[in-house]
Amino acid sequence: MTVLALKSYIAVVSTRFRTLLQYRTAAIAGIVTQVFWGLMRLMVFGAFYEVAQDQPPMSFEAVVVYVWLGQCLFALFPYNVDPDMRAMFNSGSVAYDLLRPLSLYGFWFSRTVAFRTAPTALRVVPGLFFAFVVLRLVGLDEWVMPPPASVIAALAFLLSIVFTIALSASILMLVNISLFWLIDSRGMVNLTAGIVWVLGGMIIPLPLFPDWAQPFLAWQPFRGLCDIPFRIYSGDISGIHVIGELAFQFVWIVLLFLAGIWLMRKAQMKLTVQGG
Amino acid sequence: MKAAISLFAKYLSISVRSQMQYRGSFVLYASGQFFTTGVEVLGIWALFDRFGTLGVWTLAHVAIFYGSVNMAFAVADTFSKGFDSFGSTMVKTGDFDRILLRPRSTAFQIAGQDFPLHRVGRFLQGALVFVYGAIVLDLDWTAIQLCMLLLAFVGMFFFFYGLMIFQATLSFWSTESLEVMNVFVYGGVEACQYPLAIYRDWFRTFFTYVIPLGCVAYFPIVGVLGVEDPLGSSLIIQFLAPFAGIVFFGLSLVCWNFGVRHYASTGS
Repeated sequence: MTVLALKSYIAVVSTRFRTLLQYRTAAIAGIVTQVFWGLMRLMVFGAFYEVAQDQPPMSFEAVVVYVWLGQCLFALFPYNVDPDMRAMFNSGSVAYDLLRPLSLYGFWFSRTVAFRTAPTALRVVPGLFFAFVVLRLVGLDEWVMPPPASVIAALAFLLSIVFTIALSASILMLVNISLFWLIDSRGMVNLTAGIVWVLGGMIIPLPLFPDWAQPFLAWQPFRGLCDIPFRIYSGDISGIHVIGELAFQFVWIVLLFLAGIWLMRKAQMKLTVQGG
Repeated sequence: MKAAISLFAKYLSISVRSQMQYRGSFVLYASGQFFTTGVEVLGIWALFDRFGTLGVWTLAHVAIFYGSVNMAFAVADTFSKGFDSFGSTMVKTGDFDRILLRPRSTAFQIAGQDFPLHRVGRFLQGALVFVYGAIVLDLDWTAIQLCMLLLAFVGMFFFFYGLMIFQATLSFWSTESLEVMNVFVYGGVEACQYPLAIYRDWFRTFFTYVIPLGCVAYFPIVGVLGVEDPLGSSLIIQFLAPFAGIVFFGLSLVCWNFGVRHYASTGS
């Protein structure tokens, strides 16, 4: 990839990012909801932990990290598609994008990255402020977000989140490309959202699922979205395992990326644009 | 009264017929609802599988709470759609002016706007979970328990309907639909999927005395289950509590009428 092409992708991300930053009221409403949800989930998990007979496979502190990071970062996960993108398929203006001197996959991938990161950027600061500071001030100490397990964990967490963004965008690209065949995306998006919530770990932390389900859960790509970064942060994944898990995320990104490029090529072969 | 009922039936039949023009889309939507609202069950099941019980509550108990609140909410959500989308479809566009000109009450007309039938997806998954709980617990359905269940449903229906009216009323001032109310609507449904007794005091107090969600979705269901309430409510309280939902609904209508008087059209 030449420097020039890379520059244009960065420009796509930054333009789209700034457009999406306009939706501030929605973000405020969102953060109130997320805080409420986080507290409620912690009360439910807390109630189970209080009566636990055996040692659960994950400390309550790691659950606290899992819940708050999930509430602050959930907008990164591929649970919906860019409505502008969807409109493009319906109106046929997708034709314009085909004329641009950029790879279509690269162009849309950049847009998707912005679509996922901009709303998150608006939420993450107030969300973390609540989890770190406000909870301590009001005396709900057991729900306060702890700092990262170590400096290494913090750095690995940041790298892992970058991978999460790439993974999320690659998954979403597959959904976007499926629109070439489907036109009406709602069924596909619902299905993806359900799978992402359960297999990513947003409904409950993955280690709390039954032990017999763990071997399957360990290999599916969606745990690269939340389970891996969140557990690296809390130290639930540590030592040499961190490198293995980062590699796991990376391999899935490459696989899904290649699958997307291949599918995109197939889609472009058969594309007929409706109307003009 | 008779004319009002037949007009409402007309509203309903128009909406149903228009949705049935796109049967495939309806089936897809409804199954999407079934699926997306149903994934929560997986989480609840997994937690009980891991931890066994939740104090005095078992998975089957929680299934009854979960099933009843989801069924009641699905019905209320279907019938209150007009209020739910009121801000964006009526106030922002100025279309409410037309409603004001017609010789029927505003609340009546808004209620008859739309009935999105695909919410049946949420209802069905709630019903399945409820039936599972009822079979496992082998509940004996005495007249008292049936009556209590009916009261719980009526209470929840009016409560959620009232919330939607409050949300719509706010848009007289904010013009847009305010998503902040979603915290109470969807957050409330989410919270009531577990017995209220497992939450903290401040949370419970808020959802009993300020937003009377616990009154409609917790106390009568405890009565249906016939277990001793960890919060110590008596049978009388369990009977009377759901009426708070009807009072809440009444209050929301009072606020609505106040809002209508303060309505200033966006023009155009």
